[in-house]
Amino acid sequence: MKLFRGGVHPPQQKNTAEKTTVAMGVPSVVLIPMVQHSGAPCRPLVKKGDTVKVGQVIGDTDAYVSAPIHSSVSGTVTKVEPMLLSGSRPVMCVEIKPDGLQQVSEEVKPPVVDSRESFLAAVRASGLTGLGGAGFPTHVKLNPPKGARVDILIIDAAECEPYLTSDYRECIENTDRVVEGILQVMKWTGIQKAMIGIEDNKPKAVRVLKQAVSGIQSISVHPVPTRYPQGAEKMLIYTLTGREVPSGGLPADVGCIVMNVASVAFVASYLKTGMPLVKKRVTVDGSAVANPQNVEVLIGTPLREVFEFCGGFKSEPGKVIMGGPMMGVSQYSLDLPVLKYTNALLAFDKKESSIPEESPCIRCARCVRACPMRLLPFELDRLVKARKYEDAEKLHIMTCIECGCCVYVCPAKRLMVQSIRIGKDYIRRNRKK
Amino acid sequence: MENRLFMSSSPHIRSDASTSRIMLDVLIALMPATAAGIYFFGSDAAITIAVCVISCVLFEYLTRKLLKRSNTISDLSAAVTGLLLALNLPPEIPKWMAVVGSFFAIVIIKQLFGGLGQNFINPALGARVFLLVSYGTKMTQWTTPRGADAITGATDTVSVATPLGLLKSGGTLPGYVDMFLGKTAGSLGETSALALIIGGIYLLIRKVISWEIPVIYIGTVALLSWILGPNGFMTGDPLYHVLAGGLLLGAIYMATDYTTSPMTRKGAVIYAFGCGLLTVIFRLYTNMPEGVSYSILLMNTAVPLIDRYTVPKPFGGGAHV
Repeated sequence: MKLFRGGVHPPQQKNTAEKTTVAMGVPSVVLIPMVQHSGAPCRPLVKKGDTVKVGQVIGDTDAYVSAPIHSSVSGTVTKVEPMLLSGSRPVMCVEIKPDGLQQVSEEVKPPVVDSRESFLAAVRASGLTGLGGAGFPTHVKLNPPKGARVDILIIDAAECEPYLTSDYRECIENTDRVVEGILQVMKWTGIQKAMIGIEDNKPKAVRVLKQAVSGIQSISVHPVPTRYPQGAEKMLIYTLTGREVPSGGLPADVGCIVMNVASVAFVASYLKTGMPLVKKRVTVDGSAVANPQNVEVLIGTPLREVFEFCGGFKSEPGKVIMGGPMMGVSQYSLDLPVLKYTNALLAFDKKESSIPEESPCIRCARCVRACPMRLLPFELDRLVKARKYEDAEKLHIMTCIECGCCVYVCPAKRLMVQSIRIGKDYIRRNRKK
Repeated sequence: MENRLFMSSSPHIRSDASTSRIMLDVLIALMPATAAGIYFFGSDAAITIAVCVISCVLFEYLTRKLLKRSNTISDLSAAVTGLLLALNLPPEIPKWMAVVGSFFAIVIIKQLFGGLGQNFINPALGARVFLLVSYGTKMTQWTTPRGADAITGATDTVSVATPLGLLKSGGTLPGYVDMFLGKTAGSLGETSALALIIGGIYLLIRKVISWEIPVIYIGTVALLSWILGPNGFMTGDPLYHVLAGGLLLGAIYMATDYTTSPMTRKGAVIYAFGCGLLTVIFRLYTNMPEGVSYSILLMNTAVPLIDRYTVPKPFGGGAHV
């Protein structure tokens, strides 16, 4: 096992780990965006007034890097219009008023899979995108570019972000489906070996997974040291295999494909039932939440109703985050929906939501030591603020994975990764021209 | 009414590290050395310390106010500079000189170069050297430590020699135990190795400093002073050189100053070795008894260069697509 350099140890806050997932049921309304993945947006296939059923395709596109979008409820389409999601440009959204009957669409039936091609087509049709938080279409990931020789399937169950326990619950509650999914992916992609990486702060999950794969030679379970960002793709590959994904490269460049543990379990259940991705296990936690727990939520459910299901707020929320506290996206409204890749919803009280004031860099080098990509965050911050983008590029700004370790450790509370994001965005936009 | 939510770019949590906490840790770490200084050199040492700390904080406050910048005395960095300056001065220095030194440290070296994090040399050391070249006599008049009459044969004189001075001029050298405890002449806070090491361990435990700079600096001095001994190859007395003079104070508290030391571990190793090498050269091959201050200041000025040549190779090689 190879340890990556740097990283941080934020308080783990796995408060919801031992609570069984509770299914939430049908909300009063669902709002389903036509972009819930990295890649091309889908085109809405329904219009206002249409009736839809659970699992029915309501958005799709011919673009390769994309995934279809399904209705999570049965009901009537009440709106199809653009809306602003947090952290993105306005996207088309389909609003559906559920009828509460949850009638399943006739389209939903187990797929016929008899080849690699039909398997990849089924994965695409399932609407699956990486459930770990990045939302990359899985069928694209499972079909690496020609020439890449992939020999290891890595299952990411590290769950290194504080608070998050949804992957942990997946391992505990759906152990068999996780293993079944891994076997299916290996079977149809021809990968001979699978490694499950999981942080050693989850001994129970390690135990049940080890038990479940006992007797299966090709799958192994690897407890890895608990340290953020251990679950970052490049870090996990390095820890498990010693292979370093080249800057700007893909895991396939070093013979690996990384899948989130919930994603792989979903593959198994889709192949069995044909029910596409319409619901998601979400960790609901944070200092403002009355009853933190894992909730199985229909995709498109407004955040407000998820929090209400968890007993509402015990104090006025100052910040609501989709995802973990280290890399999650803060939300501007509680009317925004749960997305396919939502793995957590955190509500922080006012006090915890405030941003500490920036003070001058004292050159303590904590950011340099914390950076898992071995960059110089303080210098990149300075260069971007001085608009010296070319110099920042020479210092490998594009290699940053935006994990936020630098900002977490900074005693001067410098907004380094925020500057780096601005710099990367600027450089990317100017490259395209 | 819609609940107004706060938006910000991740990460949404921070460690509890803060600049003022780090500075407070340095102050705490310096308490044993401060106490030892006051114990060995008496109440005048205490007054010197008070004058330096108060005038540094005051100059920080006034300069920032004059320059219409935010008030920064609560980050405690000025207090640290004041205390470090005092520990680097002769205990019975005329107090107006201490004020001049404080002015030079805070106003000239720190604030005029942009304040905290921007100075190119360590303010306390810069001020000490400034005083040394300006008031050479007063800056080299040492107080006899309490209980040390038997060694120096003098009572409350101001012309006793430091251990390194004795090495140059000849005379009875103090014993290791006295040097370890601090019962020798010297700058206010440099004499007690025990007190300095206790504080250094505290800083290491609190992760305020890393081991590289002090260990490599001190190790280099020990090794080279042993190899380059007075009676030929490997006849030196490394323990004497480690305990004598300002080495421990410099290596643990001054060379580790964040602003004026390199950002990478590799850089820190080069820098610390340079400090050690220069210190030995100053001590053995110049007519000055001591060279810690000059060595650190010289290496301070080399830090931008060291930083430039020690940029780490990023994970994944850093090749761009």
